[in-house]
Amino acid sequence: MSTSASNLVELRDLKVAFDGVQVLHGIDLDIAPGEAVGLVGESGCGKSVTWLAALGLLPGKATVTGSVKLEGREIRGAQRSQLEQVRGGRIAMIFQDPSSSLNPVLRIGRQIVEALAIHRGLAGEAAKAEALRLMDMVGIPDPRRRFDLYAHEFSGGQCQRLMIAMALAGEPDLLIADEPTTALDATIQAQILDLLIRLRNETGMALVFISHDLGAVSQVCERVCVMYAGRIVEEGTVEQLFSDPQHPYTRGLFDAIPSIDGPRRRLIPIPGTVPNPSDLPQGCSFSPRCPQATAICKTALPPLLSRGRGRKLACVQPAQPVKTGMVRDRMPEAVML
Amino acid sequence: MTPLLEAKNLSRVYQVRRGYFARPNPVRAVDDISVVVMPGETLGIVGESGSGKSTLGRMLLGIDPAQAGEVKLEHKPMPPLRSAQWRALRAKMQLVYQDPLAALDRRLTIAAQIGEPLDIHQIGTKEQRTAQVEELMAAVGLRRDQAGRYPHELSGGQRQRAVIARALATRPSLLVCDEPVAALDVSIQAQVVNMLRDLQEQYGMAMVFISHDLKVVRNVADRVAVMYLGKIVEEGSSDTIFRSPRHPYTKALVSSMPVPGKQLQGRIILQGEPPNPAVRPTGCAFHPRCPLAIDLCRTNAPALRRVGVQRTAACHLVAGDAAAVAA
Repeated sequence: MSTSASNLVELRDLKVAFDGVQVLHGIDLDIAPGEAVGLVGESGCGKSVTWLAALGLLPGKATVTGSVKLEGREIRGAQRSQLEQVRGGRIAMIFQDPSSSLNPVLRIGRQIVEALAIHRGLAGEAAKAEALRLMDMVGIPDPRRRFDLYAHEFSGGQCQRLMIAMALAGEPDLLIADEPTTALDATIQAQILDLLIRLRNETGMALVFISHDLGAVSQVCERVCVMYAGRIVEEGTVEQLFSDPQHPYTRGLFDAIPSIDGPRRRLIPIPGTVPNPSDLPQGCSFSPRCPQATAICKTALPPLLSRGRGRKLACVQPAQPVKTGMVRDRMPEAVML
Repeated sequence: MTPLLEAKNLSRVYQVRRGYFARPNPVRAVDDISVVVMPGETLGIVGESGSGKSTLGRMLLGIDPAQAGEVKLEHKPMPPLRSAQWRALRAKMQLVYQDPLAALDRRLTIAAQIGEPLDIHQIGTKEQRTAQVEELMAAVGLRRDQAGRYPHELSGGQRQRAVIARALATRPSLLVCDEPVAALDVSIQAQVVNMLRDLQEQYGMAMVFISHDLKVVRNVADRVAVMYLGKIVEEGSSDTIFRSPRHPYTKALVSSMPVPGKQLQGRIILQGEPPNPAVRPTGCAFHPRCPLAIDLCRTNAPALRRVGVQRTAACHLVAGDAAAVAA
């Protein structure tokens, strides 16, 4: 894997252990400027931990090794002051539960102004004007009247909009959205996804979208990494992954989603459960649940290898190509034309 | 066939105070709803948070008393909450919640908890109960050696299986599931959904399946009722309602569902948020967000009327084909 100067963020062999239990087993990931990358996987697969570790946000009991480079500069283990310029300024992060991320006893306007003061050095009327502009940008109706309200006076969807406004205050080059729509209702979820797409087009920032929802990921991302038990198991563009998932786990994730059209059929679950990080199976972590596993899968760990055209796969027994009928169901409309 | 459960004109009003001295403000969580569940059938209830779907589910079981309207199970009116008759009836109707950890007792083994309904309703001898707990555990896919485990020793999916086994212990004729798979990962979700469908077939029970996830509901339910702010806005068979939604809200819901591999373009994205149920808009409650709203919608609430074969919708702009159902 070569280090190229054109990448905004480069993670190399990022590993995390909690109290000696390894939960992240070496993540290599590049984020190019302006790119939208999705991280997909079930709970506990390490998709959030990857970015919490990269930004130095994990508690002290976590041991983090490996390299995190921002425009070629190492930030893992950097001084607190240096990290604080990165966090919020260059890389901002928003979380699943917006109401617990906002300060309940500070007026909303003041919280946004605070972020503007720290990251952009704005104060007074200039800061207020910019905060109002940000609130308007994320779609808060009548921002002038709502500037002095508290977090509990906003709905869940609006709190998430305010979180996004605060994240944008530092004009970040990369926004990490950790399950930003999971706690929201379907119609509000569509609004927030639409907002993220629009903001990315307007600001040109890169986006990392962490989610367990393959549908949401395919709407906002160009490239997707599928994670399982602390490793990336497959990587590719949305079109590649959705038309031809090759890792049996990716394939299983697609098959497990109930379809919204066509005949009602039995769902196809992945048997078994996600392994406990302190007791990972030998060889490929997915092998006990994999329908295609052979003897070698149970002994040797498959490395993440390039398969050309930007695709990567960690599997010695790739899934068979999907049946034509199924491919059409999953194919993005743009590809079908 | 005669209905297993019949609910007529149910209403539930919560009195909400915004301050200690403020006047209580009535919130109509469930507003004049009628539903019918046939034996062995699955009725799906979908809606956003605050639409009253959980309250409706609890009212169907008599846990939340109705302030107006009545519920009949097998043609007999629901006995009052906590009366001896109601407790006896609970063997026939069970509830599965979203969060299995909260629904299980942390200090009892799962075998003890699965057997508890049998003890309470005094079904069978001690030996028969033990045998039935084993049978139930096998039916929901729990291993025999897991009988002595405590809830914290099981995974989320296994806990939900234990909760379902407990609900099925008395062989209920009605099972109300309130977001049973919302807290589970996709792959486990599919396991539990399949299991529920198999068990329903095996035990021949009726189900009321409450969920915000339209994809899951479509695959489980025979009929679906869509709720918005305490009212049913559309009801129909799950095949037709998702293929050709008629009510503008259902259309937006179906359209907003992220489908893997499909872009967001061309989707209906509703403006605004569901209004506060305490300050219900006049006329049709959906009109402030409805892209098609006309003047009539702002003043007159539409009644739920028949709009096709076994299909109802409450919208002025959907042509009805018969007199109003609720009239």
